Amino acid sequence: MPLLTRTFIKTAMICFTLALMLGILLAARVTNGFFPVYIHLLVFGWLTQLIFGVALWMFPKYSNEKPRGYETLGWWSYTLLNSGLLLRAIAEPIQSTQPNPLSGWTLVISAILQFLAGLLFVFNTWQRVREK
Amino acid sequence: MPRLSVWFVRASFIHLLLGLFFGALILAQKGISFYPPIWNLFPLHVEFLLTGWLIQLAMGVAFWIIPRFSNGSPHGPVGLVWFSFAFLNAGILTTALQLWFPHALIIGRIAEVCAAILFVIGSWRRVKPQGVL
Ligand code: HEM
Repeated sequence: MPLLTRTFIKTAMICFTLALMLGILLAARVTNGFFPVYIHLLVFGWLTQLIFGVALWMFPKYSNEKPRGYETLGWWSYTLLNSGLLLRAIAEPIQSTQPNPLSGWTLVISAILQFLAGLLFVFNTWQRVREK
Repeated sequence: MPRLSVWFVRASFIHLLLGLFFGALILAQKGISFYPPIWNLFPLHVEFLLTGWLIQLAMGVAFWIIPRFSNGSPHGPVGLVWFSFAFLNAGILTTALQLWFPHALIIGRIAEVCAAILFVIGSWRRVKPQGVL
């Protein structure tokens, strides 16, 4: 399994664990404004990130020389996804309890990073989705 | 990858991009208010990403990966699963019309259920032990 895939999958597993731990805190009502973070750690940090990692590994080869397309793009996608999600996890609860310009603009940046992560993944994988 | 899986997976990529785009707009709006009605995109964000991306990708990959038949059509009744693909995507796009026609949500959801039933019927016999032809 390539390093990029292992990195995606292991980070996904960490998001999964964090999400379920956050689920306990939400159930115990000791946190405020964390519900969207909980959902997105699950659907984006865990499911989507796991899919990205496995797809880069298992989809039909891009070419014999470059089986996984442009791997640098894959690393960019990884970095953007996780930095975007991390910024969201920090700024969104602050913004929903004590809104301020710093947390506000952090959310804007986080939104752009996460969108770009998806865009790069699709750009790099599109051609690999084809009939053999 | 069979042609139908290519369609499922590429359609799921398009839904991923649209759904992420809507989510990004809403998240940015939560940060710095620029156009509050952008929240109208919220149901589309959820529908496109849960059904259009996650579920559709799983269907496409399942159609590709689960066991094939050695006799007859290797992927079973492919026509049914093509209909499932059409119903699923028509259903998702119909739910997007709920912004203008509230009934579109239920009509789209019914189409999605038809897609699920067709997919299940079309794949049922492929979920089989090794050695069954
Ligand atoms: C595959 C990925 C994703 C899925 C399946 C997904 C799904 C969901 C779901 C189910 C909700 C509803 C949660 C609730 O009831 O509060 C939600 C809310 C939301 N999502 Fe996503 N999402 C995904 C990715 C993203 C990304 C990448 C962004 C931002 C760039 C985003 C932005 C939002 C926002 C702003 C909300 C509203 C949060 C609130 O209630 O204040 N989502 N999403």
